[in-house]
Amino acid sequence: MRTQPVDPGLTCKPQLAYALLGSLMDDLYRAIADPTRRAILDELVERDGQSLFELCGRLIMKHGIASSRQAISQHLELLEAAGLVIVKREGRYKFHWFNGEPLKAIAERWPAKN
Amino acid sequence: MLRIQGVGVMVDDQAKAHKFYTETLGFQVRHDIPLGEHRWLTVVSPADPDGPEVSLEPDQHPAARTFKAAMVEDGIPFTAFAVEDIEAEHKRLEALGVRFTQQPTDLGTVKTAVLDDTCGNLIMIMQGTPES
Repeated sequence: MRTQPVDPGLTCKPQLAYALLGSLMDDLYRAIADPTRRAILDELVERDGQSLFELCGRLIMKHGIASSRQAISQHLELLEAAGLVIVKREGRYKFHWFNGEPLKAIAERWPAKN
Repeated sequence: MLRIQGVGVMVDDQAKAHKFYTETLGFQVRHDIPLGEHRWLTVVSPADPDGPEVSLEPDQHPAARTFKAAMVEDGIPFTAFAVEDIEAEHKRLEALGVRFTQQPTDLGTVKTAVLDDTCGNLIMIMQGTPES
């Protein structure tokens, strides 16, 4: 049982922010560490806003990735958690969009030398 | 030997389906027989009038609509029709206001696209075959 109240003051916020950021970065590196997830991103860069069905078709026909629809769905959830894929509903349809924004943090952290 | 007579498509409204499958997709009616509350309604391709029929059946079973909604959400077509020129067909149908959930996509030996039949289903059109 915790008896001390959690300090709501400013002092703990930087650590919290770093911890959150660190966890987001972990999600990002984990997301791009897998070849199937990288292939998903490649296909979304080629055509943005795809249904799960289209993505699965492209993965099997173009990359020979014959994972189940359920497995691809789980890969997409991981990519979504890392902020690399955005899911948008349009009426009864669900489409997946690429978002490269989180990748900027990598280049900012380890800038290429000129 | 069993022969393939055709394929059934579960539609939410037979009158609407009749209109879409004939006027928009370009099929022609093969059977249209009143059957109680509904109709025995089938269409064929003008290119193959004695060929397989598409039966436009009411999606009356409560589970049917749940199933259809889940398929549509993930973009999964219920069935597929062959076309000779997918780009031309896509252009023609889009001009008629048809909603595509997948634009024509070159998958190597086959090109596919997916459209909404306005009756609760997605339908694939394909040019070529996966093996050829």
